[in-house]
Amino acid sequence: MKMRGMFHSRELLKEWLIEKLIWICGISAIFFVFGIFFFVFREGADYLLRGFHIREFFTSIEWYPTSRTQVRYGALALITGTFSVTLLAMFIAVPFGLGTAIFISEFCSPRAREALKIIIELLAAIPSVVWGFIGLTVMNSLIIHLFNAPLGLNVLNGGIILALMSVPIIVSIGEDALKAVPESYREAATALGCTRWQMTFRVLLPAARNGLLAAVLLGVGRAAGETMAVLMATGHSIRIPGGVLEPVRTLTATIAAELGEAPVHSDHYQVLFIIGILLFSITFIVNLTADLVVRGIRKK
Amino acid sequence: MFIRTHLTRRKKRHELYVKYVLLLMTLLIILPLILIVFYLIYQAAPILSLDFLLKNPIRGMRDGGIWAPLLGTIYLVLISLLIATPIGVFAAVYLNEYARESWFTRVINLAVVNLAGVPSIVHALFGLGAFVLFAGIGRSILAASMTLAIMTLPVLIASTKEALAAVPLAFRQACWNVGATRWQTIREVVLPNSISGILTGIILQVSRAAGETAPIMFTGAVFYKAIQEGDLLAYGLLDQCMALSMHLFTISTQVPDVPAALPYGTAVVLLGVVLLVNALAIVLRIKIRSRKKW
Repeated sequence: MKMRGMFHSRELLKEWLIEKLIWICGISAIFFVFGIFFFVFREGADYLLRGFHIREFFTSIEWYPTSRTQVRYGALALITGTFSVTLLAMFIAVPFGLGTAIFISEFCSPRAREALKIIIELLAAIPSVVWGFIGLTVMNSLIIHLFNAPLGLNVLNGGIILALMSVPIIVSIGEDALKAVPESYREAATALGCTRWQMTFRVLLPAARNGLLAAVLLGVGRAAGETMAVLMATGHSIRIPGGVLEPVRTLTATIAAELGEAPVHSDHYQVLFIIGILLFSITFIVNLTADLVVRGIRKK
Repeated sequence: MFIRTHLTRRKKRHELYVKYVLLLMTLLIILPLILIVFYLIYQAAPILSLDFLLKNPIRGMRDGGIWAPLLGTIYLVLISLLIATPIGVFAAVYLNEYARESWFTRVINLAVVNLAGVPSIVHALFGLGAFVLFAGIGRSILAASMTLAIMTLPVLIASTKEALAAVPLAFRQACWNVGATRWQTIREVVLPNSISGILTGIILQVSRAAGETAPIMFTGAVFYKAIQEGDLLAYGLLDQCMALSMHLFTISTQVPDVPAALPYGTAVVLLGVVLLVNALAIVLRIKIRSRKKW
């Protein structure tokens, strides 16, 4: 009897330990998100609190981090770079992504649906550095030939690449949103004599509005945070672009391109971490909004 | 009897137009990509051989193969897998088996979603700040793998959660009713019944980790490092290493006068590895779905 009791308490202790371990792993995601913010902030904090010109950062286009005489950290051109490439990408990806989502969810046969979903999933798996390489080689020469542009690494190239990269996420989240519309809505629309398109346009799209918005937001987050593809495909020129055929440099590409050369803990190094804080904040807000929007539907 | 009126015909025609426009949009996304992939393979064809995989890059990376980066990628993927799998699976177990509907669970889920949305370059900054500098590990395979592990954690958590949720509640109830505790039920019933789903998640994590470049750039991957050809244990845990993704970036942008076939070959190998691994996950998932007994 006594032996059994000991065995039992040993089992209980083991179980208690494992459950604690599971709990720690469960909440680890919170730690990691805070950890990311904390450590990125920590590396940039010294300069942020000491000599950082926040006005210059947001309003000046003069980015001379390694200049010997007049060091300037104006990130306006970089912010515009990220903004322009993301905007163009969304201009392409939103109609195509939502169109594909509608086609997959409402207009094609179950077999074709499965096949298309697998292709879209494989598309999402292509590594960003391969996308960048495609931009550097295939897209580059295509753009030079088609538009008679002096160089093919520009906003257009980066925008198209980013569009193709964010289409899969828009398609899969958008399709989920359309699928979540109750079947009774479709039946009611069909009973009223709607064609499939009328049903999609008048019933499904309004009903799935929030989910589709979340899909677009997540696409924006993906495009704005992408690094390697834009580093390779947008050219390297720190200025405000006058058109889609001009090269730019984004926030993400700047960190990737300059962190290797900036001496650890120098001002330049710390400013790159401040850009990291900015990027983290942007994507945090975008993701939070997308999540709140999606929750909105579930509550209903 | 229904008779087609003018209106019905117009509606039908209209619907057909819409269908074709949407189909065209879908094809416009997919077809160019398939063409591009074939173009990459066509350009890489002359160089693809077993030798290309098993020889080190030579003459300033302008010749030779991709042995050192290939092995480096394998190291990074395996070690990040070792770190991420237990944390990810346990986190999913917590979220699916223990957590109740509450604001706290919502915060955890929100954190997972946000972790997935953090830009890869910010993960790189975090890895540099936390592992390389703060923890003092230095630029190494270990630091890079840890960064990759945290980055790929959300993939693993999401797919494991899905696999666990697919196990019917009745299975658990049956187990509880014979007196098993929560953990015993998870160990004996829930995990064995969802193992193939969890495996799918692990495979997806591999594909994601293999393709990433930015997070390893400043935490452990280097432009060039020669290692013993054919020696599978050539890297140490605290060594820096080459990686396929980083190698593709290097030879296509940083090194002048590289013969064109070399970066194409590297791109095709990287793409091939990632797509094959993904295809494996998809096949596994279809198998599970068709074999499901409940």
